[in-house]
Amino acid sequence: MAILDHHKKIETHATLLLVLSFLVVTIGGIVQIVPLFYLENTIEEVEGVRPYSPLELAGREIYVREGCYVCHSQMIRPMRDEVERYGHYSLAAESMYDRPFQWGSKRTGPDLARVGGRYSDEWHVQHMIDPKSVVPESIMPSYAFLMNREIDGQYVGDLLRTHQMLGVPYTDEMLENARADFLAQANPDADHSGLLERYPGAQTRNFDGQPQLTEMDAIIAYMQMLGTLVDFSTFVPDPSR
Amino acid sequence: MVDPENKTPENKVSPPERQYPDPKKKIVEEPPTTGHVWDGIEEYDNPMPRWWLWTFYITIVWAIIYMILYPAWPLVTKATSGILGYSSRAEVANEIADFEARNEVWFQRLNETEIAALRDDDELERFAVQAGGAVFAAQCSQCHGTGGAGVQAAGYPNLLDDDWLWGGTLEDIHLTVAHGIRNETDPQARFSQMPAFGRDGLLDVDEVDAVVEYVLSLSGQSHDEALAEPGGEIFQMQCAACHGADGAGDHALGAPALNNQVWLYGGDRASIRESIWYSRAGVMPAFDGRLREAEIRAVSVYVHQLGGGE
Repeated sequence: MAILDHHKKIETHATLLLVLSFLVVTIGGIVQIVPLFYLENTIEEVEGVRPYSPLELAGREIYVREGCYVCHSQMIRPMRDEVERYGHYSLAAESMYDRPFQWGSKRTGPDLARVGGRYSDEWHVQHMIDPKSVVPESIMPSYAFLMNREIDGQYVGDLLRTHQMLGVPYTDEMLENARADFLAQANPDADHSGLLERYPGAQTRNFDGQPQLTEMDAIIAYMQMLGTLVDFSTFVPDPSR
Repeated sequence: MVDPENKTPENKVSPPERQYPDPKKKIVEEPPTTGHVWDGIEEYDNPMPRWWLWTFYITIVWAIIYMILYPAWPLVTKATSGILGYSSRAEVANEIADFEARNEVWFQRLNETEIAALRDDDELERFAVQAGGAVFAAQCSQCHGTGGAGVQAAGYPNLLDDDWLWGGTLEDIHLTVAHGIRNETDPQARFSQMPAFGRDGLLDVDEVDAVVEYVLSLSGQSHDEALAEPGGEIFQMQCAACHGADGAGDHALGAPALNNQVWLYGGDRASIRESIWYSRAGVMPAFDGRLREAEIRAVSVYVHQLGGGE
């Protein structure tokens, strides 16, 4: 085994060993990761998916802050039991504007990928304040304090800009109107034409039933849009993907 | 070893010589070394255990077989699809198609039977109750409770009693399940709106108080007679159009009966006052599109047979 004899040269030169090890790991990484960027069957174009509106994005930040992902996944796997219970399996495109994604890996509570429209706003408020009052067997803690934490969207433009830097296609118009859109979405009496033009299908109403704008409004706005962007009555995913 | 130069004297009895095992006899053959030496430590070049080696070879063979059968290598536009043509999406579609095929006879019977007659056929009813029970547990129990008793004080109706908001016939229940109530997603959702009499200034504080007393009297609770009388007049003008002159409610408008002991948001004085002042409006999502038509029919039968079906 003459070629293996040369291995001694690598073993006895630390720098050479390091460089060659790095090379091997790089090749492995390239083979696994690079195809994901160009293979057609990993990039599925889906109509309807749009960046989060400012209020929804704020709700998403609260979701991350409170660690909801520790108990709730947002990823319906292509299995009959999950599809029957939660709805159509999740598509990659549905989390394309998630920074970071919220797929999760633990289901202490149910999957939330399609929780939007499944419950009324009043149910969400009641459930956040006292989960056991509607689901007696629940072990979810209370998030009643969200009702008292008022938000005014002062920095929501910066939040959008951060996501824009990370690759979410927020336009300059969206950034300029971020705070106005933020306030308008939870105000049923506001003019929503601009908001709906920028974020088609955004739901506008007073989500938590309180006159003031609170974190509860934001998180319910986020909950109620989850999984609702793709219209599965018209979109049929390619079964071979 | 005994040194020949230092022999035991003749008068002494020499002890028997001890037999030491010969280490060279035990090991049949010295295994070869790799030739590496670190500080005098050498490394044997023993062969791998055979079971380990064969397991290793089998995994390599399995990997090759797997690559041929299943999607594996990324190419220009997509990965090799494998000769089995497997995809997780196709698999779940097949699983669902298989499930539907097995239940096709029943789903078809559910879909083809008149909704009002769904409980007339014993066999079909038994299937519908089982299937509907499963749907109820997954989709309805979060609001209406695992057993269907609702959460009355919070406005989630009890489905076990015979007091209905939007009607308790099979057709009514079916319509409610399919399209929901006051949701924004289904244009056919049942809709009605109670005015917020106090908040929006339709009645002043005294008038609201009077109506509260009258509503208390309708359900036979203790009330202030002096206030209930003017309250009744206001009730006939403002409330009777939906709740009925006698407070019996109206299923067409989802107006609850006020003349019984069943309360959706509490029947004490404070709760009734809150209901009149701010109004109430429960929301139920539409299940058309979320569930199969046969499942909606099955869960309607399930709810109907819980106790109060009309």
